[in-house]
Amino acid sequence: MNIPTPDEPLRDDDDGISRRGFLRCMTWAGTGVLWMVNDGLPRSLGLSSAEAATALKSSKLTFLQISDSHIGFDKPANPDALATLREAVAKIKALPVKPSFMVHTGDISHLSRAKEFDDADQLIKEVGLPVFYVPGEHDVLDEEAGKLYRERYGKGSKGAGWYSFDQDGIHFIGLVNVVDLKAGGLGNLGEEQLKWLEDDVKGLSASTPIVVFAHIPLWSVYPEWGWGTDDGARALSFLKRFGSVTVMNGHIHQIMQKIEGNIAFHTARSTAFPQPAPGTAPGPGPMQVPAGELRKFLGVGHVNFVPGNKRLAIIDTPLA
Amino acid sequence: MVTTAARYIATAFLGPLLACGTALAAETPAREVKIENFTFAPQTLTVPVGTTVTWINADDIPHTVTAEDHSFRSKALDTNDRFTFTFSTPGEYGYFCSLHPRMVGKIIVKAAGN
Repeated sequence: MNIPTPDEPLRDDDDGISRRGFLRCMTWAGTGVLWMVNDGLPRSLGLSSAEAATALKSSKLTFLQISDSHIGFDKPANPDALATLREAVAKIKALPVKPSFMVHTGDISHLSRAKEFDDADQLIKEVGLPVFYVPGEHDVLDEEAGKLYRERYGKGSKGAGWYSFDQDGIHFIGLVNVVDLKAGGLGNLGEEQLKWLEDDVKGLSASTPIVVFAHIPLWSVYPEWGWGTDDGARALSFLKRFGSVTVMNGHIHQIMQKIEGNIAFHTARSTAFPQPAPGTAPGPGPMQVPAGELRKFLGVGHVNFVPGNKRLAIIDTPLA
Repeated sequence: MVTTAARYIATAFLGPLLACGTALAAETPAREVKIENFTFAPQTLTVPVGTTVTWINADDIPHTVTAEDHSFRSKALDTNDRFTFTFSTPGEYGYFCSLHPRMVGKIIVKAAGN
């Protein structure tokens, strides 16, 4: 695995077809990383660098991404998922700049139990910010495939819980790709949602920055482990004309980034347990790491919109 | 019904005598499928009609057992949870995990005497 060094710009692929930068998994234990991309050239900066500090100061909108809290999970990979969510919440509360809101990209609970949702809500409420949710497959395990989730988090949403809203000139879209999954397939958006999405962005000018969030990656991270969405490419086709599109996902419990044309893809860490890098284990189940290392694999994302920059700057901060 | 009951009694009675042989296995109406590392093992299982199949989840992540034709469907199985289903009609039953649909398996149910 190529781990780019901080402060060293990543080169575009020399494929002669398109300007594409492909960012691989990056984890610098104990530091946050700020990603900035100008004109298709992604750059990573150590959080402590002066440039990062300047970028943060000039940002117009800051919001947070948390993901995969899996409340109720108590297996060896993390016997207390509630404790690590509590630490994530403490980290967010201690931020010097108060974000405008949070996005939770799903798997709030481990088994869709009312108590798991209650426990998560109780903690997340302490942050004191509006939270925009999309469900993970662990949140729709009830008999009615997500009724419990929709009652709690789906007010004002369409279908299985999708919606959009505008904030500071950015158009945000929350998608659901974890229901009605087909045998042998991957994540699934479905016709009704795709139609809605097409209509939702139809009237927007191409200069509107777009942020899309959904649980399962909309791009093919590793289909062998189900890390992708069957009709994700169709959703992205509606967004190709926009100058700045950021796609934020969870599900794979590790950071992955990719830039393709005007679309930047990003997956977040979990606050509960890590999962192995693609293909490095017999399956994608919870990964046990040495005692004391766990918090280096968990964390939250911090997203900054800097006017004039094509890309949002995303800082991923581990719990320790 | 009478035949089945009679055979069951006979099997129970003969069990100790046949314990060293292989004949008993063919009569055992129960089989297991282990769910491990996001796979069903064995992925394809062939059983005589009337067999009760038990799925056991050995992963630290919940899975389901969902028939493609909706003839059976488990709840979410947490670690070590089990789901059983008795196959009373011959046929091929494709199934998958509705949470991780790349996980697929098949039960082939053979008619009696085949």
